[in-house]
Amino acid sequence: MKLKWIFRAALVGLALVAFSAGAVAGEKTPSKQITIDNFSFGPQSLIVKTGTEVTWVNHDDIPHTVVSQDLITFRSRALDTDESWSFTFTKPGTYTYFCSIHPKMTAKIIVQ
Amino acid sequence: MAAKDEILFDHNHDGIDRRGFLKCMAWAGTGALCVLEGGVLRSYALGHSGKVAKGELAFVQISDSHMGFDKPANPDVIGTFKAAIDKINALPLEPEFILHTGDVSHLAKPEQFDNVEQILKSAKTSEVLYVPGEHDFVGDDGKLFLERFGKGSQGSGWYSFDKKGVHFIGLVNVASLKAGGLGSLGPEQLEWIEKDVKHLSKSTPVVVFAHIPLWTVYPEWGWGTEDSAQALGYLKKFGSVTVLNGHIHQTMQKVEGNVTFHTACSTAFPQPKPGAAPSPGPMKVPAEQLRSLLGVTDVQYKKGQHSLAVTDSPLG
Repeated sequence: MKLKWIFRAALVGLALVAFSAGAVAGEKTPSKQITIDNFSFGPQSLIVKTGTEVTWVNHDDIPHTVVSQDLITFRSRALDTDESWSFTFTKPGTYTYFCSIHPKMTAKIIVQ
Repeated sequence: MAAKDEILFDHNHDGIDRRGFLKCMAWAGTGALCVLEGGVLRSYALGHSGKVAKGELAFVQISDSHMGFDKPANPDVIGTFKAAIDKINALPLEPEFILHTGDVSHLAKPEQFDNVEQILKSAKTSEVLYVPGEHDFVGDDGKLFLERFGKGSQGSGWYSFDKKGVHFIGLVNVASLKAGGLGSLGPEQLEWIEKDVKHLSKSTPVVVFAHIPLWTVYPEWGWGTEDSAQALGYLKKFGSVTVLNGHIHQTMQKVEGNVTFHTACSTAFPQPKPGAAPSPGPMKVPAEQLRSLLGVTDVQYKKGQHSLAVTDSPLG
C-alpha cells in the first residue's frame, strides 16, 4: 500500500515536471537589440523586463566593446564590424555600460 | 601645411568641404624625424627634400599602425606601413631609434604584433621602442603587448631612458579606462613620474611620449588625458619639454610655456578633424587617392628654438 502511494506521487511529480518544461519551451525569451553607429549606443537608454536577452550589433568601421561600469557584471569581446554579442539580464536594476576602447561611449539598460 | 597638400575644389559636387577633408588626409601614414640640436627638438617631414640640420640626436616617431585593420578607409595597412618604413630608410640621417606611440595592432592579436615587428626589421635603425594604444590592450588588458614590447617597463608598461643627454619618458594612458572618462595615467604612474625626474637638472631636455594626447584636444571624442596636468606639473622646472602623442591620426601642435605638444599621423587611416564629422571613425577617400594623400612628418631640435617645426608631405 505504502509503495503504491509513493509510486503515484512519483507519477504526479513527473507529470508536473513535464508540464513546467512545456511551459518554458512555449514561452519565448524576450529579446531587444542595440545598435552601435557613429561611436554611440542606440538607444542610449533601454527599459527591458527581467529575463530579456539584449544583443548589441556594431555597425562602425572600428571595433567596440560592451562593458558594464563595474567591469564585472558583463564584458564582451571586441566586436568588429557587423559582429554582435548578447547578454541576458536576470536581475532588476540599472546597468550603466561603456565601450572600454572608447570610454566616452556610455549608455544604460534599465531592467524592471 | 603646404598648399600642395590641399584640394581646393568640390569636384564631386557633393557638398563636402573637400579642402578641409583632404587637408586632414595629407596627415596620415606618417612618421616624424626628430633631430635634437643644442637641446631643442625640431621636426621634419619624412619626404622632406631640403636640408636637415645635423644635431646631436635624430629619431623618428611612427604611430597608429593598426595592423589588422581591413576596412574601406585602407584595405592595405601593411602596404602603407611599409611605405612609411621606406620613407624612414630614405632619410639623410639614420635615426638613432624609432618610437612607436601605440595602436600597433588593431585588435591585440599575436599575428598583428608579428607583422609590425617583421616589417620594422627592415627599418634602418638600431632600436624600436613602444608605448601601447587602447587597441593593444583589447581583450587581455595588454598582457600580450607587454610580453612582447614591455620588457624592463613598470606597471602597465611605462619606462624612461637617457640618450645623448636627453631624458625620454614613455607613458601609458590607455590602461583601466573608466566609463565616460578620457585617457588616464593613474596615481601609481604619476608618483613614478615625480620620482623619475626629481634628480634631473632643469637644463635636461625631456621628451615624453604616450598614445593619447597629454593635452585636451577634443574631450567630446575622448581626445585627452584626465590627469595629464598633474604629470606636466612635475616637468615645469625643465627648460625644454617635448610631448609626442598619436591616437588622433592627424598632426596637431601646441606650445604652452616650455612644453611643445605634437601629435603624429597614423600609418593606417586618417580620422576627421575634431568635430568635423559625427564621429572620429576612419575617413574613406577613393583608393587611387589614398597613397598620395597619406603624409609624412619630421621633427628636429634646433638651438635657440623651443617649438617644434612640423612639416607635412604626402607618402606616395
